[in-house]
Amino acid sequence: MNKTVFLGALTVAGLAAGIAGAATLDDVKARGKLNCGVTTGLVGFAAPDANGEWTGFDVGICRAVAAAVLGDPKAVEFVPTTGKTRFTALASGEVDLLARNTTWTFSRDVDLKFTFIGINYYDGQGFMVPKALGVSSAKELDGATVCIQTGTTTELNLADYFRKNNMNYEPVPIETNAEAQQQFLAGACDVYTTDASGLAATRATFENPADYVLLPEIISKEPLGPLVRHGDDEWADINMWTLNALISAEELGVTSANAADMAAAPGNNPEINRLLGTEGSLGAMFGLSDDWAKNAILAGGNYGELFEKNIGENTPIGLARGLNAQWTEGGLIYSPPFR
Amino acid sequence: MTTFTDPPAESFKLSMLVYDTRYRSITFQILALVAVLLLFGWLTMNTAQNLNDLGKEPSFGFLGESAGYDINQRLIDYSSQSTHLRAAFVGLLNTLLVAAMGCATATVIGVIVGVLRLSGNWLVARLMTVYVEIFRNVPVLMWIVLCMAILIEAMPAPSAFRGDNPDATMKLFDTIAITNRGVYIPEPLFSRSLGNLHIGTAFDISINLLAILFVLGVSLWIARDITRRANAKQEATGLRPRTWHTRLAVIVLPTAILLAFLGFHLGYPELKGFNFAGGTYMRNSLIALWLALSLYTAAFIAEIVRAGILAISTGQTEAAAALGLRGNRIMSLVVLPQAMRVIIPPLISQYLNLTKNSSLAIAVGYMDITGTLMGITLNQTGRELETVLLGMLVYLTISLIISGVMNWYNNRVKLVER
Repeated sequence: MNKTVFLGALTVAGLAAGIAGAATLDDVKARGKLNCGVTTGLVGFAAPDANGEWTGFDVGICRAVAAAVLGDPKAVEFVPTTGKTRFTALASGEVDLLARNTTWTFSRDVDLKFTFIGINYYDGQGFMVPKALGVSSAKELDGATVCIQTGTTTELNLADYFRKNNMNYEPVPIETNAEAQQQFLAGACDVYTTDASGLAATRATFENPADYVLLPEIISKEPLGPLVRHGDDEWADINMWTLNALISAEELGVTSANAADMAAAPGNNPEINRLLGTEGSLGAMFGLSDDWAKNAILAGGNYGELFEKNIGENTPIGLARGLNAQWTEGGLIYSPPFR
Repeated sequence: MTTFTDPPAESFKLSMLVYDTRYRSITFQILALVAVLLLFGWLTMNTAQNLNDLGKEPSFGFLGESAGYDINQRLIDYSSQSTHLRAAFVGLLNTLLVAAMGCATATVIGVIVGVLRLSGNWLVARLMTVYVEIFRNVPVLMWIVLCMAILIEAMPAPSAFRGDNPDATMKLFDTIAITNRGVYIPEPLFSRSLGNLHIGTAFDISINLLAILFVLGVSLWIARDITRRANAKQEATGLRPRTWHTRLAVIVLPTAILLAFLGFHLGYPELKGFNFAGGTYMRNSLIALWLALSLYTAAFIAEIVRAGILAISTGQTEAAAALGLRGNRIMSLVVLPQAMRVIIPPLISQYLNLTKNSSLAIAVGYMDITGTLMGITLNQTGRELETVLLGMLVYLTISLIISGVMNWYNNRVKLVER
């Protein structure tokens, strides 16, 4: 009996440790598909549309990487993960890239052994309450029942915030955003807390979004970014520079509409030419074709296009660029130069 | 003259390992053992190698770090500053709580349904058949989720109790509040406390509780003694003295006096702020899990009880009837005691199943050991191997203890054979 249990444990561990450490780029190319970990469904960030096609801001990163590496933005196998399963999925090699609005923290980087390839959304944790509750500040939430996704940084921030402010609360742990929505709408919890962007996205799917308000307090820094495993720097570089390519493209005015033309008839801006592969050969330096960045941009547009299309002010989610504007416009989005 | 020669001394040939039936079974067993050990060794090596490559040497140091997360249902003191070990302990107690509640309820429902399924009343027997077939043929996870959904959607939110003309009111003379967050029932309170007993630095146990348990235990022991004397007298004289009133007094009076001394009273729930405050709060997650596990397991127990009863030949029942015993006496004195030895071994498995099934708690956000140690702690610390191994060890220990206790009970009730 003992032995059986131990064997079982080792099998689990063996599988979990899995193929980590192998050259991910070769694996992806051999497979012909990028395995990308996303949420189980958060409209605007990653959710299947009516045709079963995954769309969203995080999905856009997956598609851009697939286009850069494989030349085909559709060559992505989306793996839905919960807050709890995402890290195991990445550590075990089940996914090559995790683009699941995950907060960049010290312990995730150092202790969990993941490499964050950048920040694609600067966020903070907020609170959503029904208007009928008559609450206007998070400081008034003493004694409230709070729906919280388990296995997230928000769970820890929540504990800290209430302790700091000497308030009590009743946590209702839930697994997915959909579950939270059900409990929150039924009134089984007074407050739903997660990243402010996630709250806005969730509220947009409610029948009466106007009946719910986001409280003004943002209680944490949540720099969200895609991540890969430690130990494969080349793969990390590819992902990081794909994200940077999308950001640079917006800065340089390269869009999905004009990228093909700009590549066909190179202009006189050397940085654009290097980005699009018409000058120098940046792609070859990490084993990709020279038009990798062009493919990534054509997949779903540059950073700004992805933002506007999925979560921007003209979508039901209606997020302003805010901190996520380009550095030239007073935001924090900034890419190192392509040189 | 006789010429006996010894049979030629058997020379051992290697081929005999396969072709000689005396050795063959041993050969294959050894081969199988070697294969298992090799597989085992390979898995260990592979795991160690992979973990090493990831730079994650197994270590249990994380258990001493502060957990950082809150747990809603805690039977012992816990805050987000407590350690991961304590969080695991809170989870363990929650597992034990729902397992104990589930086993008790499932047994009661199971025995009643099992007996009723054999009822002569066609309608009752068929209704019980429907119950058994429905519950044991749908996965328990569905029942858990369904119970939770019903509790959340059908019950009123605490805000419905508010205002001058509320949509919902408390039940049973304003003592019980049923909301979609759980049920608030009156809690026992004492105005005089005897203090706490400290076990180590980590655990406190209320002396009030210990005193009550002690008095109750002594009372029960005395009551048993009275029964034994009554039995002896019945054996000797054929007359059974009337004892129920003395037994009742022995059990109830000392405890009642102690409770009065401690200033026992009930604390009632009342609406305060966002939620009800006061009273004992049974969360939705606990109720849903408890109900679903009990109803599901009870369906199996009902079948076990039915099988046990059917295993007793009808001759026994008829003989008992011929002696003039009434139906319920036949059941309790003749049939059930004999059926018990058939019932208990499979019952053990059902208790074990229920306990292990309680790990589905995460589906409704009940913070059991799977939710704390193998859920949040695993996720926040990234120690998959360690937490899962620990978790399995915990379930193994619980299961072995249940088996041990039930086997001990089985040995007591089983037929004494010579």
